[in-house]
Amino acid sequence: MSGRLLEVRGLQVEFPTRRGRLVAVDGVSFSIAPGEVLGVVGESGAGKSLTGMAIIGLLEPPGRIAAGEILLEGERIDRLPPERMRRIRGRRIGAIFQDPLTSLNPLYTIGEQLVETILTHLDVDRAGARRRAFALLAEVGIPAPESRFSHYPHQFSGGMRQRVVIALALAAEPRLVIADEPTTALDVSIQAQIITLLKRLAREHGTAVMLITHDMGVIAETADRVAVMYAGRIAEIGPVGEVIHAARHPYTAGLMGSIPRVVAAGGAQHRGRLQQIEGSMPRLTAIPGGCAFHPRCPRRLARCSIERPEPMPVDGNQVACWLYGEQR
Amino acid sequence: MASSAERPLLRLRGVGRDFDVSRPWLNRALERAPRQLLRAVDELSFDVRRGETLALVGESGCGKSTVARLIVGLYAPSRGTVEFDGIELTDPARAADARAARRRMQMIFQDPYASLDPRWRVRDIVAEPVRVLGLARTRAEERARVRVLLAQVGLAAEDGDKFPHEFSGGQRQRISIARALSGNPEFLVCDEPTSALDVSVQAQILNLMSELQSRLGLTYLFISHNLAVVSHVADRVGVMYLGRLVELAEAADLFARPRHPYTRMLLDAVPRLEATGARRTPVAGEVPDPLAPPTGCAFHPRCPHANARCVAERPALEGAGAWRVACHAVSEGRLGPSA
Repeated sequence: MSGRLLEVRGLQVEFPTRRGRLVAVDGVSFSIAPGEVLGVVGESGAGKSLTGMAIIGLLEPPGRIAAGEILLEGERIDRLPPERMRRIRGRRIGAIFQDPLTSLNPLYTIGEQLVETILTHLDVDRAGARRRAFALLAEVGIPAPESRFSHYPHQFSGGMRQRVVIALALAAEPRLVIADEPTTALDVSIQAQIITLLKRLAREHGTAVMLITHDMGVIAETADRVAVMYAGRIAEIGPVGEVIHAARHPYTAGLMGSIPRVVAAGGAQHRGRLQQIEGSMPRLTAIPGGCAFHPRCPRRLARCSIERPEPMPVDGNQVACWLYGEQR
Repeated sequence: MASSAERPLLRLRGVGRDFDVSRPWLNRALERAPRQLLRAVDELSFDVRRGETLALVGESGCGKSTVARLIVGLYAPSRGTVEFDGIELTDPARAADARAARRRMQMIFQDPYASLDPRWRVRDIVAEPVRVLGLARTRAEERARVRVLLAQVGLAAEDGDKFPHEFSGGQRQRISIARALSGNPEFLVCDEPTSALDVSVQAQILNLMSELQSRLGLTYLFISHNLAVVSHVADRVGVMYLGRLVELAEAADLFARPRHPYTRMLLDAVPRLEATGARRTPVAGEVPDPLAPPTGCAFHPRCPHANARCVAERPALEGAGAWRVACHAVSEGRLGPSA
C-alpha cells in the first residue's frame, strides 16, 4: 500500500440529460504515492477538473460517478455517505482551487477561518489551534503572520490569498491535496512562488499532490509524473521527463509542439510556425468512436476509428494508442 | 520631412493617463479625503514601425491594456500625443483626419465570448465594419466580401449563417479577427488575443495571425502577459512595470540578454518545459499598489541591485540605438549584461 496513497480505477463520470447520458470522464485509472506530485494536464473539456471533483466528492448534480472506484489509503471513498465524506474532506484531502476568493469566506478574518478549520479536524484546544495557524501562515510564506491574522481576505493580494488557501488546505495535515489550476489566476512571478511552495510541501510532509492544470510549464517544473487527458480519457501517463521530452501519444506530441517557448537570440523557432493540431476538442455530445482523438490524429490507422485503445505500457509510460498496439 | 515609408506608423510621445478613483464627493467632504488619481500609464514614448510586431509585456496592473485603449481611442490620454501616420489623433483641430486615421486601425480583444454580440449572425458581425465604412456598394458585393473574410481566417462560408454560441473559443477568435480585418485596417491592436484559448488552439490563432500579417502587410501592437508567446511573435518588445516602460529592445536581444532587473526576473519566473524537476529561487515580493507607487524607481523594493539613488530618483528610459533601459544600475555600469 505504501506506493499508493490514492488509487483511481476505471473512473467514469456521467451527466444524465434528457437526450441521453453524457460521459465526461471515461475509464480513468491512476495512482499517486505519498510525497508524489501527479500532474494532470489537458485542454478545456478534457475532464481533468471533473476527475478531481469526483475524488473529493464534490461533483455537482446531476453529475455522478457511474462506474469505477476511488481508494484513499486502501479505503473506498466513492460510495461514502455525504456526512462521512465531509469529514474526509479537509481532514484527509485538502483542496486548492483556481480562484482563492471562492475558498475564503469574506466575512471572517483569515485567522478565524484557520482556527475554525483546525478545531474542526484536529484534537487541539483554541490556544493550540492559534499556534498551529501562526505556524501554517509562516510556512506558506506570509510575512508577519501575527499581524495578518486579524485581516479579512479582501485585504490580501491575489498571491497572498492563494497562500492563505494553501494554509487552509494544509491545516489538518491531509494526506492528499488536490490543486485545481492553483496558479492560473496569478501573475508569472507569483506563480513561480506558489509552485515552489507546493513542491516543498509535498516533499517535506510526504503529502500526495494531484496538480490539475492546463499549463505544461507548471507541470514540467512541479510534477513527478504526468497524466495527459483528452476527451475524458487518459491518453498518456508517465514520468514527467518522458512525457514532455519523448511523448509517445500523437496528441501529447502535438500538444508539446504547439506550446510557444521563450526563445533566445536567433533561435530557430522565433517567428516560425508553431506546430498545430487541426480542429478542436470534441464536444461531450459528439465524442468520436474508437480512439477519441482519431479525427484529428496525423498518424491514425484503420482500426483507430473502430476500436478504442486502452492504456498499454510503452517504455515505462502508459499510452492509449494503437501505434503501440501491434508490437505486443 | 521623412517620407511616409520611413515614418513610423504609430508614434507615442510622453503619453500618460490618469483615472480618478476618488471616493464620492460627499464622502470626500465629510472625511476630508483628498482626490485620488491613479496613474495607469505615464511618460510613455515609443514608435511602432510599419509591418512590424511590437509587443508590450507586463504583469496585471502594469497598464498594458490601457495603452491599447489609448491608441484606438477608447480612452483619451491625460498627457502626451499619439500620432498615427503623421496625424496627431489627439489634436482637436484635426478631428476629421483623426477619425479617418482611426478607420485604419482595429482591435482584437481577449475574450471571444464577450466581444461578439450573441444575437447577431456571424455574417452580420463580420459585415458591420464593411457597412459602417461603406466599403461595399451592393448587397451582393458585401456578401462576397464576407465570404472572402471568413475564408481568410479558415472558416467556411456556411459559418456565416450561424450564431457565435455555435462556435468554440478558437473559432470565435477567428470571427473576431475576420471582423477586425473587414474594414481593411493597416494596424491591429491585439490585447491578449490568445490568453483565453487552449494551447493547441492558441497555436492555430498565432499561426493565422502571422500568415495574415505577411499576406496583408499588417502592423501589430501585441499585448500579452505571456513571455513565451511574445518571444514567438514579436520583432521588438517593450516591458512595462507599474505604468511605465522599463525596457524596450529587439526581441532577439531582449530574450538573449535582458538588462533591466525586472525583465530578468520575469524571464526567470517563466516555467519552462526544459526545466523538469528543476529547483528555482523564486522572486520575492509582488507588484506594489499603483495608488501608492514607490518613490524613485518603482521596482526598487523588489530589486536586488537597488541603492539610495534608485529610492530617490526615477530613472529615465534611455540608451543608445534600438535598446533602451530605465535603470540606474544599468546606466552606471553596476549591472552588466546578463550572460
